[in-house]
Parts: sequence; C-alpha cells; structure tokens
Amino acid sequence: MPSLKDLKNRIASVKATQKITKAMKMVAAAKLRRAQEAAEAARPYSQRMSAVLSNIAAAVGSDDSAPRLMTGTGKNHTHLLVVCTAERGLCGGFNSQIARFARDHVRKLLAEGKTVKIVCVGKKGFDILRREFASLIIDRVDLREVKKIGFENADLIGKKIIGLFEKGEFDVCTLFYSEFKSVISQVPTALQLIPAAAPAEAVSTEAGATAIYEYEPDAGEILSDLIPRNISVQVFRALLENVAGEMGAKMSAMDNATRNAGEMINKLTLSYNRQRQAQITKELIEIISGAEAL
Amino acid sequence: MADFNFELVSPERLLLSERVSEVVIPATEGEMTVMANHAPTMTTIKPGIVTVKAADGKVTRYVVFGGFADILPTGCTLLAESAVPVSELDRSAIDKRIEATKAELAEGSHGDEYKTRLEQFLAELTQLNGIVVAA
Repeated sequence: MPSLKDLKNRIASVKATQKITKAMKMVAAAKLRRAQEAAEAARPYSQRMSAVLSNIAAAVGSDDSAPRLMTGTGKNHTHLLVVCTAERGLCGGFNSQIARFARDHVRKLLAEGKTVKIVCVGKKGFDILRREFASLIIDRVDLREVKKIGFENADLIGKKIIGLFEKGEFDVCTLFYSEFKSVISQVPTALQLIPAAAPAEAVSTEAGATAIYEYEPDAGEILSDLIPRNISVQVFRALLENVAGEMGAKMSAMDNATRNAGEMINKLTLSYNRQRQAQITKELIEIISGAEAL
Repeated sequence: MADFNFELVSPERLLLSERVSEVVIPATEGEMTVMANHAPTMTTIKPGIVTVKAADGKVTRYVVFGGFADILPTGCTLLAESAVPVSELDRSAIDKRIEATKAELAEGSHGDEYKTRLEQFLAELTQLNGIVVAA
C-alpha cells in the first residue's frame, strides 16, 4: 500500500504529464490545420501536372522516343523503396504502420529473389527498418531541420532518385507514404514512381483540343523535361500528406493520452482520499479509546 | 480587347487566377506573348520574368524558375517550379540558385547532356539576375 505522500507525488506527476500531452495535442491541431492547408494549396499543381502529362503521353505514344524514366529499364530485378515517415514519434501507430507496410513489401520482394534497396526519408522509419534490413538501406534523407516542407525538399529527393536511376542502380522505384484520409485514419500507400504507371486517361473535356496541340520544343523533349518534375511533385505530395497524417495521428494519440491521464488522476485521487479518511478514523479511535481507558 | 483566363501555379500554391488581356512568357525557344484565342500550345519555360497584363490594364511581373505552360484558346496555365512577384523577390534567392547550380556543375558526375543543360540553366539564371538587378 503506497503511503499518502507517495500517492500525492504520483498525482502531481500524472497531472504534469497531462498538461504536456494536452499542450502537444493543441500544437498538433494547429499544425494539422496548416498542413492541411498546404496540402490543399498544392493540389492544383499536381492535378494540372497529371492532366498535361497524360495529354503529352498520348501525343508521344508508346514509341521508342518515350524517355526511359517512363518506360523503365525493361527489367524488373532491382527495386528501390523510398520510405517516407515522420521525424518524430509520439504519434500513435503512424510510423510503425508505414514501416510495417514497407517491411511486408520488402519481404515479399526478397522472397521473389529480387534485389532491394531502401532510401529512408524521416528518422523514425530509418530506426525501425534498420533493425531488419540495415544492409539494404543505401541512403537516408533527414528533414528534421526543416520547419515547413517546401518544394525544394521534395525536389532534392526527386533528383536523388533520378540520379540513382541514371546510374542504373535500380529498375523499379516505389514510394511509400501515408495517405491522409481523415484525422483519425491514415492509410499506408505504395506508389510506383519509375517506370511511371501510365497516367489514367484524363477526363477529356477538351478532347478536341488535344489533337492539334503545338509543341515547342517537340513533345518528346517536353516529356523528358516533365517526367523528372512529375517525380518531384509526387514526392512533394507524399511528404505533405505525410505531415498532415502525422499531425492527425499525433493529435488523436495525444487526445487519448490526455484522457488516460485524467482517468488515472481520478483513480489516484479516490484512493488518496480513502486512505486519508482511514487515517483520520484510526487517529480518532486511538484518542477515544485512550480517553475511555482513563 | 478580348480577355482570357490565366493561371499561375507553383507546387506550393495557386498564385494567380484571373482574367487577363495578355501574358508574356519566357519560353525556352524565345519569349512569347499570349493573347486570347491563341493556338493550343505546350511549351517549356526558362528562368525569366512573366509579365501579366490584367483585363483592367494593371501590369504585374513575376519571376519564375523554369516550368512549362499549357496554352489553350480559352485560357493559359503556367506551371512554374517556383514563382515570386518581382517586388517580393529576395535577390539572394537567385544567388543561391546560381551557387547551387555551379556546385552541381563542378561536381561533374553527370552525363554530357545533363551538363549542357545545367550550363544553359546557369546562363539563364545569370541573365535573369542581371535583369532583376537593373530593375
């Protein structure tokens, strides 16, 4: 049985923790709103990009002039996995969810006899994947110092991927991130970057115009300029979704923690009061029985 | 004069979406002025200045760092890698890009084609720097 003093100390410490988790929840909520705004603001660009891309891809057709980034190397042997996670923990199952998803994927590829290389974006994914696949991780990108994710960060990762591809380091590149569905649900997602999955036919409201497009310089050259850009845009979108997801997960995790702390405080206060009452009763009995003995 | 819809989009946000009467775009193969009912054209863009003349005659200028434009008779969409109004431009941003490109060039681990492209990019940036400093 803990003494009165012990109980008092514990209540104080749980209360302090609760204050921290509450503050973290509020910070996460504010950051979530900003992340959502950023993700929303970035949407027009990626939408137009994919519209233009499918437009040009249709014009170029699938002849040999299509750039290699789009057609791939024709092999399917070495896979590059870009795993994007958060830099910080305390956000529920967010990081482990992505890492687990990526891990299953790696195991499947290894079982098929493929070579796997991993690039980690974010510290947490690196920490988790290092345990099992330390030898497969070829690079990691640190975004800890970055306050607000800008396009430059994504561009850097995109350039890195393209550089590796040009050196022939891999055949297929897949991006792992968490899609932000809502505050309480983030779904780990795999997105194939290289070879670019053929863009789904855009809703061709302007179908008539596509046939007579003029390209300057020619379509193939625009395409080879566009695809690296598109990779960066996809990475950028993934990073933004990730930030929003992380903040959502953190918010609900911290909300849970605050509620748990509240319950704990209630329980501890109850047993503290009981014990205090018991002590008072005991003292009274001692006084009364002492007085009776006289 | 007939006006058309012009959109300037950067990866971070939609910068501008309004009715304009003419837009001057620094296309890779030379500057071009886009007006209403332009033939459908798709072009890449080099670092330079986009001049937008709004329907009410107000002129705004933006610095863009590469991208591409999608021109239709009914409108024009400019997807820029990064775009800033000239008045808000921080000159050190250009300097930083020039430095970065130089560093990448000096590293020299790229193919010839990529190298020429970098050199070209550098030249365009330097030119842009000159224009902005003069302005």
